[in-house]
Amino acid sequence: MNGLRKFIDNIKPQFEKGGRFSYLHSTFDAFETFLFVPNLTTRRGSHIRDYIDMKRTMSFVVIALIPTLLFGMWNVGFQHFLSMGESATLWENFWFGFVKVLPIVVVSYAVGLGIEFIFAQIRGHEVNEGFLVSGMLIPLVLPPEVPLWMVALATAFAVIIGKEVFGGTGMNLLNPALTARAFLFFAYPQDMSGDKVWIAEHGDAMSGATPLGNLLTNQPLTTSASDMFWGFIPGSIGETSTFLILLGALFLIITGVGSWRIIVSVFAGGFGLAALFWAIAPYIAPDNAYMALQPWYHLIMGGFAFGAVYMATDPVTASQTNRGKWIYGVLIGVMAVLIRVLNPAYPEGMMLAILLLNVFAPLIDHYVVEGNIKKRLKRIPVKA
Amino acid sequence: MENLISIFVKSIFVDNMIFAYFLGMCSYLAVSKTVKTSVGLGVAVIFVLGITVPVDYLLNKYLLVPGALSWLSPELADVDLSFLSFIMFIAVIASMVQLVEMVIEKFSPALYSSLGIFLPLIAVNCAILGGSLFMQERDYANIAEATSFGLGSGVGWFLAIVGIAAIREKIRYSNVPAPLRGLGITFIITGLMGIAFMSFMGIKL
Repeated sequence: MNGLRKFIDNIKPQFEKGGRFSYLHSTFDAFETFLFVPNLTTRRGSHIRDYIDMKRTMSFVVIALIPTLLFGMWNVGFQHFLSMGESATLWENFWFGFVKVLPIVVVSYAVGLGIEFIFAQIRGHEVNEGFLVSGMLIPLVLPPEVPLWMVALATAFAVIIGKEVFGGTGMNLLNPALTARAFLFFAYPQDMSGDKVWIAEHGDAMSGATPLGNLLTNQPLTTSASDMFWGFIPGSIGETSTFLILLGALFLIITGVGSWRIIVSVFAGGFGLAALFWAIAPYIAPDNAYMALQPWYHLIMGGFAFGAVYMATDPVTASQTNRGKWIYGVLIGVMAVLIRVLNPAYPEGMMLAILLLNVFAPLIDHYVVEGNIKKRLKRIPVKA
Repeated sequence: MENLISIFVKSIFVDNMIFAYFLGMCSYLAVSKTVKTSVGLGVAVIFVLGITVPVDYLLNKYLLVPGALSWLSPELADVDLSFLSFIMFIAVIASMVQLVEMVIEKFSPALYSSLGIFLPLIAVNCAILGGSLFMQERDYANIAEATSFGLGSGVGWFLAIVGIAAIREKIRYSNVPAPLRGLGITFIITGLMGIAFMSFMGIKL
């Protein structure tokens, strides 16, 4: 460690103003602060010193994502061998999935970080670390069979149009990972939905439809609730295991990185509307299999838990005020279930629900703030 | 009653004037700098749409469509005045906008001055004429349906402009590349909002 520090201090002057590589300053800075917590101190006034800077925050989210990534790799293999009708060992399952998933992760990081570095050099700002998380999230919300060039294209779209045109990390309007997924979803629907994409190198022994896909076509649900909770179902790479996602949620809440208000309210909103549908389904739409679904199923199927824990809590695109977070979360849950049940065009509503509320989060904040100002104005005695 | 609600909800979300048809973009882009003024303009649009669509519905039904004049006398049954619909609709819209303008000037001079030229320009806002023409094309069964459609479209437009205004207030602190500042980034935001509004496409009500 000491040697590394010395080496960095040694080459640092080359990247300072006037140095030989001064044009690469932001790149150097990015690597240095990635390895070491910056030791800059402020000069005057009192300040709170906290070691949790943005890079550390982002690393916490990445740590929270690792279990779902590893499980996702194993599950890709598991589903593949299951669909072939073969049995495989734990290691074979994992290795198959590892070979499938790793290239997607690498492409997503390479393209995204490449664009980030280019923008940082041209615009002369520091390299933003926000992509550390997005680069991990993008592979996790894609089906395992997605072609790599699509991953690259979607990542480029999400980073440039979704983030860099607004000025980079912290300024974006929509969650970049979901922007990438939505881009693919609308541009290449045949590769992002249907029965074929969810299982890598799909065999014929079983249909490749996800539980959500089954429900959309009004087929009975064949998967057990425990399978869906533990994650032994086809789906996007990282979204299947609700259990591991909840572990990640626990980690995010304990470290204070993710907002528990949002996570709780998304689940509450989704459960509430699903319960309402469940109660009224026999009277208004007896033939809608989706509506008659027991409400807890909604929470463990598809991307609901993943979206609630990792996407909705994105501190940039979510509501910033505490009361706003409750409204924002509940509306996400409600919209997700609403789209699932009422919109025959999409089996899954989580992605679009979060994007929609990302769009309206500033408005919610605006009115929460206005409301607070009004409330507090009432407290001051009126001057005549 | 159910039918009215479904038309109302559908015209807010599924057939949103901005995100599904990109109508009324000029004032949407120009007046969306602050939430306050955009709320004012949005309410004005709701009002104008809520009045003009049912009035145009009556005009259309009793004056313009082929055979509409038969209520005057049976000889007029084969008169077709539908070529007049554009000019009639525009005349109704323009007079309604005049009315709104006078009301706002009287009751909220501050809003009047901040809306500026865009208030009288509601008269040529394509969302308003679009509302009347969609009404004609979709052949609503009675005036209640037409009113519900007009109000719904207005609310949809209101939601869009207020939403983007809040976003633009927020990104005022963003480091947007210089060539994109102003309208450029607003167009990109509109596109991204359009993606989010795709969630409603395909809902059948």
